Amino acid sequence: MSGSLFANALVSGLLLAGFYAAVSVGIAIAFGMLDVVNIAHPAFILLGSYAASVANSAFGIDPILTAAALSPAFFALGAVLYRLYHASFERRGREPLRGLAFFFGILFVTEVALILAFGVDYRSVNTGYIGTTWRFGAVDLPLRLFVPFVVSLAMTVGLQIFLSRTFFGRTVLAVGQDQVALHLMGVDPVRVKQLAFGISIATAGVAGALLVIIQPVQPSLGREYIGLVFAIPVLGGMGSIAGTLVGAAVLGIATSFTATFFGPSWAPAVSFGVLLLALAFRPSGLFGR
Amino acid sequence: MRTLTFTGIAVGIALLVATATSVLVENEYFFSASYTVLQFVVLATAWNILGGFTGYVNFGSAAFFALGAYSGIALDKLTSAPLPLVILAGAAVAGLVGLGMGYLTLRLRGVFFAIATIALAEVLFTLVVNWDYVGGARGAYVALAQTPPLGFRSMGRLLFTVMALMAAGAVSIARFVQVSTLGRGLAAIRDDEMAAECSGVPTLRLKLISTTLSGALMGMAGATFPWFLSYVEPHGVFSLSYAVNSIAMPLIGGMYDWAGPVIGALLLGGLQQILQVNVPADWNLFLVGALLVVFVTVAPHGIMGWTRRR
Amino acid sequence: MSESLLVATKVTKRFGGFVALEGVDLSVATGERVGLIGPNGSGKSTFASCIAGTVRGGGTIRFDGRDLGSMPPHRRIRLGIARTFQIPRPFASMTVLDNLRVPLLYAAQKHPLLQRSLGHERDEAMAILKQVGLEAKADRVSRELTQVDMRKLELARAIASHPKLLVADEALAGLSPSEVDEVLAILLEMKSRGVAVILIEHIMRAVLRFSERIAVLVAGRKIADGPPGTVVRDPEVERAYLGG
Repeated sequence: MSGSLFANALVSGLLLAGFYAAVSVGIAIAFGMLDVVNIAHPAFILLGSYAASVANSAFGIDPILTAAALSPAFFALGAVLYRLYHASFERRGREPLRGLAFFFGILFVTEVALILAFGVDYRSVNTGYIGTTWRFGAVDLPLRLFVPFVVSLAMTVGLQIFLSRTFFGRTVLAVGQDQVALHLMGVDPVRVKQLAFGISIATAGVAGALLVIIQPVQPSLGREYIGLVFAIPVLGGMGSIAGTLVGAAVLGIATSFTATFFGPSWAPAVSFGVLLLALAFRPSGLFGR
Repeated sequence: MRTLTFTGIAVGIALLVATATSVLVENEYFFSASYTVLQFVVLATAWNILGGFTGYVNFGSAAFFALGAYSGIALDKLTSAPLPLVILAGAAVAGLVGLGMGYLTLRLRGVFFAIATIALAEVLFTLVVNWDYVGGARGAYVALAQTPPLGFRSMGRLLFTVMALMAAGAVSIARFVQVSTLGRGLAAIRDDEMAAECSGVPTLRLKLISTTLSGALMGMAGATFPWFLSYVEPHGVFSLSYAVNSIAMPLIGGMYDWAGPVIGALLLGGLQQILQVNVPADWNLFLVGALLVVFVTVAPHGIMGWTRRR
Repeated sequence: MSESLLVATKVTKRFGGFVALEGVDLSVATGERVGLIGPNGSGKSTFASCIAGTVRGGGTIRFDGRDLGSMPPHRRIRLGIARTFQIPRPFASMTVLDNLRVPLLYAAQKHPLLQRSLGHERDEAMAILKQVGLEAKADRVSRELTQVDMRKLELARAIASHPKLLVADEALAGLSPSEVDEVLAILLEMKSRGVAVILIEHIMRAVLRFSERIAVLVAGRKIADGPPGTVVRDPEVERAYLGG
């Protein structure tokens, strides 16, 4: 077996892992900290991808710039969606699975809307660096993987700092555990959750823009990412960003090796297979409660 | 009303409708459209045993439907088996997978079960696409007999009758579950699983029964699908339409009662058959998804909820 | 001398780093009325959960002569342990009557799944509802009940499981004085049916009226266990709990 094949699979896996962390950190927040099972998260990722693609083909704008510019919009979208969710489902208390059906409906409607608007063909972007690959001896570093890796890492680490060092960040960490204490401090838990969910959706938008740099997208891609988006927090421990990075590393490397040695058609099954195994054996992951 | 009586009436109605239409209706399209609607009656009823009665949401209905269909294909390739055996095989395989998956995930929160069902559908899809024995991505053909057995005028009419009987059977089973002790236990699990466990309900055992039964009935619905189309390929069988419809129909009809899924399937299924002719397939799906979101937000107890003011 | 109905030995439970219970011993004899008191967070509800089996901890719990081990809650209920929750958990979509049917079918019957839903459990359900004063509301949907009625429903459901031991977790919390007396009367009546009761409570006058014996938990440890008169005057109890 060629050592360079192995090395390249490993490197790709790590680069992919960084991106996977960006994709799933939103769920670590929404599901892990706020207990909102947003299975429509991949739909928002795709919205980010399509927005970046449209901006790129119409105006030639780099996807990362689009992501930065649109983040406030995604944030607002998340905040509004959470209000609706809270008013319709959380307040009523029982039947938490209705909220699940709600998000499933949103996922589905978004996918069909994208099909209606853009058709089922793949869309991609053109940037200066996508075709370029840096070489270090036997190891290739494709920029289309490396650039998203860097941005993802920056975003994830930035979020971790925000959550653990700022006052607002710590209220988010607290809101999953002790709402009464927050009330006593004069903080409205619902508002905190709303803003945190907004952040969650904003990360989805950014992840989407990064996704379309890595590979072309089409509307049904969202569903393939559901497995990933939930497998990583489950592996790494719900609500732990450090755990998300570990889970992403495991999944990134596993996917990369599967694609390299078994063929890319098996790759989507990896995340779902890992998820099923993780659920069967360790529901609270390696780090979490 | 005793279960046996109800089953007799249901089967009687199915046979009556099947015979009457077979004689009176000339248009073959009627039979294929009605087959599809009745198929949804079975799917929605099956889904609701686990979803509405027990409170566990299954997003992977397509997986169980596909298991039924592909069991049929595999069996057909092995030996040309008669239809009743194909149906039994489809139900058995799907039921077993339901049991296995339940065993793996039902000890966890309902949310994890729901996510696992999505995972199951995707994993199964990938497996099927890569399995050449059943045709893989290219799909598989099923040979149809030149003259349909039992004196039916066409295969479409035969399958319509079979599906009508399956619908009668599924609905009878659902009603039986609902009014039996099992049903009361499932309802307790749905309302408050911890309290149910502390009232003596063996929650894990009942959940497993529910998942197995639900999966088996969905597999049963899928088993005749290859003969309906005479050609089966993964994207069609694993279509998201099955997942969305099997949730939307009980939701719209009413999830707490066996009649809800029937109402939802007849209304929504019928609507889609009508629209299908005039409207592109994707708008059709968009409508179903939108109705799902609207109903789950605004009218979660569905049509039966309005009439009973629950 | 034969073993007590419930013998809990060195019951311990940790949640991560937090020690909820540390080596708690408690015995309850058949028909005995035991009060379990202690400050908030002292582990009383956790102890109730350990007995009911919804929480797994260290130590041994023997009931009716057998070691419960890791027996799941539904089997413990069938053995004769009943537990009510601090915050009532009715089966919200069902009527009051149907709420009782569940334990009557599942806890009290030998083979629940083989039973047809016949009429006889309905008669017993009505009798129990009469006992707790809810028979007029038998056909009301349980989510519409008042707070005190929900408490009564919790107790009615526990009674319907034909228990030998009832663990009542703060069944009186948030009730007015007359409501407290109503519910306490139901609990006092349990003795005449041979049912032992562990009353977990904060309302001291109720505990004193009710208990033949009082055990005190503080920070997960039992610091006193004896007749009410003795316990109340114990200086350590005064210091830790009554704020003396």
